[in-house]
Amino acid sequence: MSAFLTIRNLSAMLRGGTQRVLRSVDLSVEAGEVRGLVGESGAGKSMIGKAVLGILPSAVTVVEGEILLDGKNLLAMPQKERRRTIGAVAALIPQDPLTALNPTRRIGRQITDRLVDILGWSKADAHARALQLLHEVQIENPERVMASYPHELSGGMRQRVLIASAFAANPKMIIADEPTTALDVTVQKQILKLIREMQARHGTAMLFVTHDLGVVSKVCQKLSVLYSGKVVEDRAVSDFFAAPGHAYSKALLAATPKYTDPFASLLPVDEAVIAAVDEEVKAADREWRHG
Amino acid sequence: MLDGRGAVGRKASWRLFLSGGWLVLIALLAVAAPLISPHDPLEQDLFAGRLPPIWMDGADPAYLLGTDSLGRDVLSRIIHGSRVALTVALIAGLATGFVGSALGLLAGTLRGRTDLVISRLVDIWMAFPPVLFAILLIAVLGTGLSSIVIAIVVIDWTRFCRVVRAEAMNQSKMDYIASAVVAGQGRAGILWREIGPNVLPTIVALLTLEMGIAVIVEAILSFVNLSISTDAPTWGGMIAEGRTAVYQAWWVLVFPLVVLFLTVLSFSQLGEGLKDRFDPVLR
Ligand SMILES: Nc1ncnc2c1ncn2[C@@H]1O[C@H](COP(=O)(O)OP(=O)(O)OP(=O)(O)O)[C@@H](O)[C@H]1O
Ligand SMILES: [Mg+2]
Repeated sequence: MSAFLTIRNLSAMLRGGTQRVLRSVDLSVEAGEVRGLVGESGAGKSMIGKAVLGILPSAVTVVEGEILLDGKNLLAMPQKERRRTIGAVAALIPQDPLTALNPTRRIGRQITDRLVDILGWSKADAHARALQLLHEVQIENPERVMASYPHELSGGMRQRVLIASAFAANPKMIIADEPTTALDVTVQKQILKLIREMQARHGTAMLFVTHDLGVVSKVCQKLSVLYSGKVVEDRAVSDFFAAPGHAYSKALLAATPKYTDPFASLLPVDEAVIAAVDEEVKAADREWRHG
Repeated sequence: MLDGRGAVGRKASWRLFLSGGWLVLIALLAVAAPLISPHDPLEQDLFAGRLPPIWMDGADPAYLLGTDSLGRDVLSRIIHGSRVALTVALIAGLATGFVGSALGLLAGTLRGRTDLVISRLVDIWMAFPPVLFAILLIAVLGTGLSSIVIAIVVIDWTRFCRVVRAEAMNQSKMDYIASAVVAGQGRAGILWREIGPNVLPTIVALLTLEMGIAVIVEAILSFVNLSISTDAPTWGGMIAEGRTAVYQAWWVLVFPLVVLFLTVLSFSQLGEGLKDRFDPVLR
């Protein structure tokens, strides 16, 4: 067992629904490695992240499978213990920096509270740690930022704060759910670079949700492609870009603008490819129902 | 952008200044009523009945705002009436706010069965016409200050509950709650630290509104003679008495009515002003 996070055969359903939103998902992230998770909107990328972090919406229930985090079987634990286990090793970098910070509380408190309340650090240690991290995410004047409220900071600044906050408790695993989509392009690049640096410096395992293969090529070592809640491709990023294994991935790659030639005509994902992958999903569903 | 914010700030502060000023004045009058009232509010002088306010012909300078048909000083009665009005506003407002917000927070945060039960209860509750409900309650509980407070809480907790529940649900969907849950923050922490402060501006705005409503409800109950049954003067009671002789002595009706109106208006404006001022998202 070398992987830090292992998801095995995970299926989830909407309460009262008949369709699975996650279809027997297998996925693993080794310690210190970054795995990209791509797929179109609604494919279930966030759902996987939320399942790992124990924050699935109440309308969604896991119907089978297991999630092993740091060797511990999350779904077999009572809720309290699960929360504690997750909190001790994992953190989240959310998508929208606007709603990811509590508007009524100062930045400093939002970073340090978790360290003090949940991990039992002293206030002084927590404060020092927050300062150090804000410095690491290249925030000038960290003391002033700590005394600010979220609305006083720009989107890029908030995302930096969120990154600092995610790394604060020395997590071994971070789930980044499209951490740059809410930012404008130039800021996006800086934040991506920052995430990569922070990840490398701290050796944190990361599940990086995105729908941008260009981002994957820069940040990730492994890649899972999700279609309609089903993993259709799972391989090393270098292999993937050399030769994607699945027809859907191939089409996805063809539909991604290249940095070397951003104005090349993009192919829309072929209808025949979609029909084929839809059929594959249906076949998997049939097998699942009978098996 | 900056100019726009400045304008909002100025408008809010004028609003706060005027409404807050009026309420402070009424509160001072209530506290110091026995010291500053020119007359005993209950003292009758049948020879000085229906004296007009001081600027009209035939006025007696001892009675600034005139007297009612029994010769009681209108100003002194208004001053003493503020005691009942503010006591009811404060106690009933806070009690209603507490009960309603607590239930709303629980429903909006815990969801599930708790929410189902509380929400159905609100639906059923709101099917009753409120004034009828109040009169019925007073008929059962008997008149008196505590009955009025209970009646207001029982009738109006739903106002807080609905709004606070919706707001708590909105907040629960935010990513910062997800982060707090992931970090291992317990339910109490989430409620108290994360959601609580974010619904507080809403609660405060509702609270001041509710205090205004409590003043009106008390006045209505006094008007139909169902308020506190002692002979302490109340604004609603004065309005009821003034109504009977409005053509002979309009001042007995109009002055308490104006004071009541300004007080209720101030409560609601205070709420708006505070919201503009302290809601960090708007600020
Ligand atoms: N709270 C919810 N209640 C019911 N269904 C939901 C809920 N959240 C998401 N879903 C459904 O679950 C599926 C997966 O959603 P998910 O948010 O994981 O997609 P995603 O891949 O993250 O997409 P995006 O790129 O738009 O973020 C979607 O079909 C969505 O409609
Ligand atoms: Mg998503």
